[in-house]
Amino acid sequence: MQSPQSTVLSIDGLVKDVGPLPALDGKMLRVVGGLSLVAERGKVTALLGANGAGKTTTIECAQGLQKRTGGTISLLGQDPDAADAGLRSRVGVMLQDGGLPPSARPIPLLRHIAGMYRDPWALDELIQRLGIDTFSRTSVRRLSGGQKQRLALAAALVGRPEALFLDEPSAGLDPQSRNIVFELITELRSAGMGIILTTHLMDDAQRLADYVYIIDAGRNVAEGTVAQLLQRNVSPDPSQPHIRTLLFEARPGLDFTGVFPAGIDVRESRAGSYSVTGALSPEDLAALTAWWAARGIMPGSLSLEARSLEDVFLDISGRDIR
Amino acid sequence: MNETLGGAPAPLFRRIALQGGYEALTMIRNGEQLILAIVLPLLALVGLTVTPLLDGLGGSRVDVAVPGILALCAMSTGFTGQGISTGFDRRYGVLRFLSTTPLGRTGLIAGKILAVLAVLALQVLVIGSVAAILGWQPNPAGLLPGLVLLVMGGAAFTALGLLVAGTVRPEATLAITNLLWILLGALGGIVIPAERLPGPAQHVVHFLPSGALGEALRDALLHGGVNTPAVLVLLLWAALAGAAATRWFKWN
Repeated sequence: MQSPQSTVLSIDGLVKDVGPLPALDGKMLRVVGGLSLVAERGKVTALLGANGAGKTTTIECAQGLQKRTGGTISLLGQDPDAADAGLRSRVGVMLQDGGLPPSARPIPLLRHIAGMYRDPWALDELIQRLGIDTFSRTSVRRLSGGQKQRLALAAALVGRPEALFLDEPSAGLDPQSRNIVFELITELRSAGMGIILTTHLMDDAQRLADYVYIIDAGRNVAEGTVAQLLQRNVSPDPSQPHIRTLLFEARPGLDFTGVFPAGIDVRESRAGSYSVTGALSPEDLAALTAWWAARGIMPGSLSLEARSLEDVFLDISGRDIR
Repeated sequence: MNETLGGAPAPLFRRIALQGGYEALTMIRNGEQLILAIVLPLLALVGLTVTPLLDGLGGSRVDVAVPGILALCAMSTGFTGQGISTGFDRRYGVLRFLSTTPLGRTGLIAGKILAVLAVLALQVLVIGSVAAILGWQPNPAGLLPGLVLLVMGGAAFTALGLLVAGTVRPEATLAITNLLWILLGALGGIVIPAERLPGPAQHVVHFLPSGALGEALRDALLHGGVNTPAVLVLLLWAALAGAAATRWFKWN
């Protein structure tokens, strides 16, 4: 736990009910049930979870866009439900749906938003940095997904905020836009901005986040740095070894029945591409190489990988689609 | 990046003025809005001046027509115009985004009211000029009360427009506000005074915001008088719609 001055956002026991909903016979639906998190200055904090896990609801409560049912939220030391212009000027928000008027043109729109601040970011620099000058004459309605996201990021940054909320920042981003946006986020973090982002993409969290909260069904299910989460033993039994994945290529259609003990999963994901996942032991590797040797098989490629964040996520939140 | 972090808001007045100006310009630049705000009222004005529809109502055709046309303008801009643009801004998340900036929700509403007043001022200027060419001679004693009534009418219709925009889908807002504009414009006692309407409508229109604003403006600009019952009806509508919009407006 760091000193309060370094904290941009702290949420403690957040509860949010919505409704009453006709689909639930007029009962309330608990979207967030006792969620807690802390986000620091100069760090990227990610809320990772499947669609509908409660990520957007959580940060909208933190932004003061939704009224919470219970719990406490402190945004830059203040309650967002009572946010005044002073607090709002220190917080930048990029909404999931952009929130930009379709008929507006990018630069007049940014200039308009900049006018709401006493000492906004130098617009020319922001425009050039996010490549907005390349589509400045196009109305928002006609922008591509990536262009819209870059403009929405510029609009969120124009007040030089201390805290920045990004809701699914890479949604609709082409690879070029993604690089531009990710580089800027990394740079803003170094400048001391506290960045809170939501994502359902493991790759975003793995590339950007200093600290990750995995959210499922409106609750915290795991947290830590990316490295900590990857090493996390998801089994309640601490003596259980780590899950690893062995990837190799060989001729298609091999039958590995009886090579590995129970609990180790072998798949041919594409013809000739195999993955072996489980608590692999040195004996398992020896058994596999012996099996190859007996049949004269030399794999085309071979690698042993730690679990990806996606595996951690799926282990925690279940592999079923809901 | 060379910038240091930590913003501060521009002064409140500046934020509201900026939003008002921005929204007014957006409304004026929008073709359909411009037709509704300027072209249709002008056509109605000319139409009522060249036909005998308003003859025998205690004034020249243009003198009887102009107060109703100005009331129609308040309905165009406050109800239909602001209703539709707010409805779509709500759909696209613009209201939510702007409410996270230093502008905030109250600043946003204040900006919208300012935008309606700015467009209304432009409408008064255009309609007033054309009317003057057509020979309009308002009662001087009614000019100031007329202006106050127009602002009150603008407020009542804006509150109604925001109520619709904040509670139903934007497509429904579009349909409702346009349909009501036509219905109230034709039969709501706004342009055509109550005594010229079909029997049943005559009794109802006194209680409608359209009828109340039309009557109050005609009494002011034709006779320099204050129609207290109509003013009270208008105030009641503004208060009810304002309270209902505050209570039920959904930002997302």
